[in-house]
Amino acid sequence: MEGFGPSLAFWVLAALTLVAAGGVMVSRNLLHAVLFLILTFIGVAGFFVLLSADFIAMAQVIIYVGAIAVLVLFAVLLTPRSGRDNGETRWALPGILLAVCLAAIFLFVVHDTAWNTVDEAPAGLDARSLGTALLTTWVVPFEIASVLLTAALVGAIMLTRSPEEEAEDALV
Amino acid sequence: MTPFLVSDKWYDIRDLGNLSREILEAADRILPFGVVYVLAALIGFVASFLLFVLPSQLIVGVYGERRIIGRMQSRLGPNRVGPFGLLQPIADAIKLIQKEALTPTRADRAVMYIAPIIFVMPAVLLWAVIPFGENMVIADIPVSLMYFLAVSSLPVIATFMAGWSANNKYSLFGAMRIVSMAISYESPLVLALLGAVVMTGTISLSGMVAWADEFNIWMVFVQPLALVIYFICVSAELNRTPVDIAEAESEIVAGYLTEYSGMKWGLFYGMDIGYALAASGFAATVFLGGWTFFGLEQWVPGWLIFIAKTHLFYFLFIWTRGTLPRLRADQLMAFAWKFLLPLGVFNLLIVSTERMLWSEQDYAKGLIYVFALVNIILSVALVYAWARFNGYRPERTPTRPRLVKQAGGYIPVGERS
Repeated sequence: MEGFGPSLAFWVLAALTLVAAGGVMVSRNLLHAVLFLILTFIGVAGFFVLLSADFIAMAQVIIYVGAIAVLVLFAVLLTPRSGRDNGETRWALPGILLAVCLAAIFLFVVHDTAWNTVDEAPAGLDARSLGTALLTTWVVPFEIASVLLTAALVGAIMLTRSPEEEAEDALV
Repeated sequence: MTPFLVSDKWYDIRDLGNLSREILEAADRILPFGVVYVLAALIGFVASFLLFVLPSQLIVGVYGERRIIGRMQSRLGPNRVGPFGLLQPIADAIKLIQKEALTPTRADRAVMYIAPIIFVMPAVLLWAVIPFGENMVIADIPVSLMYFLAVSSLPVIATFMAGWSANNKYSLFGAMRIVSMAISYESPLVLALLGAVVMTGTISLSGMVAWADEFNIWMVFVQPLALVIYFICVSAELNRTPVDIAEAESEIVAGYLTEYSGMKWGLFYGMDIGYALAASGFAATVFLGGWTFFGLEQWVPGWLIFIAKTHLFYFLFIWTRGTLPRLRADQLMAFAWKFLLPLGVFNLLIVSTERMLWSEQDYAKGLIYVFALVNIILSVALVYAWARFNGYRPERTPTRPRLVKQAGGYIPVGERS
């Protein structure tokens, strides 16, 4: 990363992402937290653009902002007690412990990694090579992920179907 | 591209970039460093406003839409302000600006305040990747099709924020509906576009226009089914009238816009047209060959051809809005999942097969016309067969008005009789 523009973009994006991520934690209203989460996703997509990974950045926005965040909004709206204030909880101490452990791991990884910067974007970030890699080298994880998604889909349908509905369907 | 196309003389208006470059280079010699960037932004703003925003957004969008719908519904439409009522949109804007923008007491003020702003931003950002001419594209990024899809998924969030923050049950109904509809219609839309991507082998919009230019055929002839699916899906995502269940006046007041007034409402209204125009421009680029017209672009400026195609596609939006009745929410959901999604999968299957056959023939030029003919026949057959399979029995055109009882009642899609 060189020049004034990319550096400025990096710091602005970093501030945006961190502030939004903090907002997810401190906002009392669940829907505000979701909206902050969307802002975090957009900030991360900005980082991918800075790293010349255009395709991954666009996929990040389409999948996380366009699909997952919208689904989260939908789920929050359908949850009966989502309007409650989530300030007091018995899980404060375990939460803090977990956060400290995670922070330790992240700091260790950040400290331990050799952060090489190169001037040119490495090959293999465009759509064609990504698709080839997914369907040749990484085909087994790819297929396992899709089986997992199918299982989640079937599970969701099973969970949401009430016995009354099944009885109604049986009559038709 | 032929060398005849687009010289770099400033008087060649087939590429407006020449003129602006000459102006900016001349200005850069006399002005201090950096001012030219501000000047470029100003020129771009004025030029795009005069060439595109004013004729498209106000004349065709607001005025033309109301006039054409008036014509379709046997009334006059706006005809009082200015010649032929042409100044009606400006009068509307002045009225909206001086209106008070109310905020309900129990509303979430911050979210309600920023929702229209977030709704406007993507509508402007979308135009960054649309090629108006051979060199007339702001950001010719290699993933411009995905960029368009990504940015066009943002207004859903804004409309949800608008509907939820107003703290009104009708607004919330509208927000729920728009979120569920966006999820349902996104998948067939992406499947339809995937067909175009598979055929051209690129996800760059300029690359798609170049493909249409090279093979002298528009994507709409190769994949008519994809265009139909795209049109229906994009109408649903943009809340255009036959499928605007998120702001259905007869059911939920005005949906997510219930509590908005003044220019905050005006921004939503104006940008609805902006999104429809952007979707038309996108369809004109992907399916109608963009700024090319079988060689005509060498004499007529390409951006004029592109704007004409955009408005032609936008007329389809006006047409469906003026003629079709609104669908019910559950009908719309069933239509997306039971009709459009399977058709999209079929279309993708056919196109992938053809692409494979085509690559074995070393991309012979003549073969694409055979594919076009086959695909047009297959599309019609597929739509007919899938409708029959879903239990839709078309009845003969009634020669005289009949009661519902005589017609045998309404049979919803998806229920076999």
